[in-house]
Amino acid sequence: MSLDRSDAANAQIPARDQSGKGTSLRFKLKKYKTLYLLMLPGILYYILFKYAPMYGVIIAFQNFSIGRGIMGSKFVGLQHFIDFFLNTPDAWKLVRNTIMLNVYDLIFRFPAPIILALLFHEIRSRKFKWFVQSVSYMPHFLSTVVIAGIMVTFLSQQTGIVNHILDWLGFGRIMFLGEPGWFRTIYVGSEIWQTIGWGTILYLAAIAGVDPTLYEAAKIDGANRFQQMRHVTFIGMIPVMIVLFVLTLSHFMETGFQKIILLYNPMTYETADVLNTYIYRRGILSADFSFATAVGLFQSVIGFVLVVSANRVVKKFSDTSLW
Amino acid sequence: MKIKESFGSKLFDAVNIFLMSILIIVMVYPLVYVFSASISDNAMVMSGQVVLWPKAINLIAYERLLSNPDLWISYWNTIRYTAVQTFLSLAVTSAMAYPLAKKGLPGRPLILFLAAFTLMFGGGMIPTFLVVQKLGLLDTMWAIVLPSLVSTWYLFIMRTFFEGLPEELEDAATIDGCGTMQVFLRIVLPLSLPVLVSIGLFTAVNQWNSFFDALIYLNDRSMYPLQIMLRNIIIAGSNVQGEGNTDYIETLKYAMITIATVPILCVYPFIQKYFVQGTMIGGIKG
Repeated sequence: MSLDRSDAANAQIPARDQSGKGTSLRFKLKKYKTLYLLMLPGILYYILFKYAPMYGVIIAFQNFSIGRGIMGSKFVGLQHFIDFFLNTPDAWKLVRNTIMLNVYDLIFRFPAPIILALLFHEIRSRKFKWFVQSVSYMPHFLSTVVIAGIMVTFLSQQTGIVNHILDWLGFGRIMFLGEPGWFRTIYVGSEIWQTIGWGTILYLAAIAGVDPTLYEAAKIDGANRFQQMRHVTFIGMIPVMIVLFVLTLSHFMETGFQKIILLYNPMTYETADVLNTYIYRRGILSADFSFATAVGLFQSVIGFVLVVSANRVVKKFSDTSLW
Repeated sequence: MKIKESFGSKLFDAVNIFLMSILIIVMVYPLVYVFSASISDNAMVMSGQVVLWPKAINLIAYERLLSNPDLWISYWNTIRYTAVQTFLSLAVTSAMAYPLAKKGLPGRPLILFLAAFTLMFGGGMIPTFLVVQKLGLLDTMWAIVLPSLVSTWYLFIMRTFFEGLPEELEDAATIDGCGTMQVFLRIVLPLSLPVLVSIGLFTAVNQWNSFFDALIYLNDRSMYPLQIMLRNIIIAGSNVQGEGNTDYIETLKYAMITIATVPILCVYPFIQKYFVQGTMIGGIKG
């Protein structure tokens, strides 16, 4: 809707510019001057905190030291990349974990709000629907630390409520956060808990835009409610799904590492340690700046290639795309 | 045929309501448990006697936390980081988005492209850290406020919104003698209140909940925000003063989660509407 409005506004602008041809050049310049001035703080932000770091990526090819700076540090070419791939025993594990965690995320978390939106749509009582929606949005507003805190306390082997219950049921206690085999499940589970409700909002908006006569037609053709859900509601959500899918891919390489930092420990590195957590330990904690930047650059490049190609593929097969 | 159909439909409803009830329990139970555990007896929590409702109610954990000056300092830090960032972020983002909504502005496509590019590629954690360090921002409020000041998504959402405002209003104001600045402050911003409120709330909640920037940019204890304090107590397992005292070792964690969560959950019912609105605005041209 707002799209139409802005398009209409765009169409008006050339006409207005022509009608304003009489205004002097000096007036125009003065007008633009204020506009540029308004943009200045924002542009400064982009230069300092977005483009300066991009320039700083140069240190991935140097033996950077803070004392000597970017200009004075020695150029070493691809040394750090070679070091990472050939001489770091963990390199393969880090790449594998990064990919696996995100694949798990795509398989289990991505479809969750789609299914929930379908179910929300089928609730008949308006009040009940509103209530369930409000309750399911709530975890979205909790912080990563709170969610991780709930996981850590609930899953604690000796004192956590989950293990107390397992114990009563006769299953014995499980050291959830100390076993590599549990990490991905815990991570993705907590992600689903936090995002499933909020994730339905855009899908519900898409459902609201479905032409009601399609349901009438489906009913006349003898479709039951489950079939209507599959063939009308679900189809109506596909464009939103595509956009969200590409968006998810666009931060594929860095999903959730802040939560990982809170949940992992050396016992679970085997499945939990990803590129970003490694960069954090090597770069921030050990101040190994050049090496960590090289690993980061590798990650950014993969991410960039992923989102560009995903967008291209989507563009080829449908009208929906990010740009 | 007709009867069978309606039975199927009823079954469908019943199953759906059952699933929704499970969903409500799954969403609410952890929060209820956290609160119950925070006001229960420590030994009972540890041995698993508290399952849903609190047992042997006491407030030792809260007394311990509230008498700890670190908690108040971190609370105050979170409040000021959030307030300053939300205000500055709205000011800088809207001031940048407004000119970008003007089709005729020279250089506009280039700036838009350079902004959009940052969504796909960035320098990464370490170079950003080095810039913040080089600027001398470490251990100051600005290390928290500035690096995440402008979100490119919000910039584009605001631009789209400004583009949709009726041109006639601005023209009329210009004819009445308003300069560009006055048009922006007196006409455009008041008309954009809904989008400013939504984005302001998103920014505020985001900052309130964030911990990672504080983790890497702040070393000074007196600068820690609430989330770092929470992390240190729960995740890193550090004790708040009086180490070795086991009267409240577990309940303290639950009390800390409650203290960090309650403000957000209290305002949540009132602002939920704006959040949903905001997500929609972003979604249309996101």
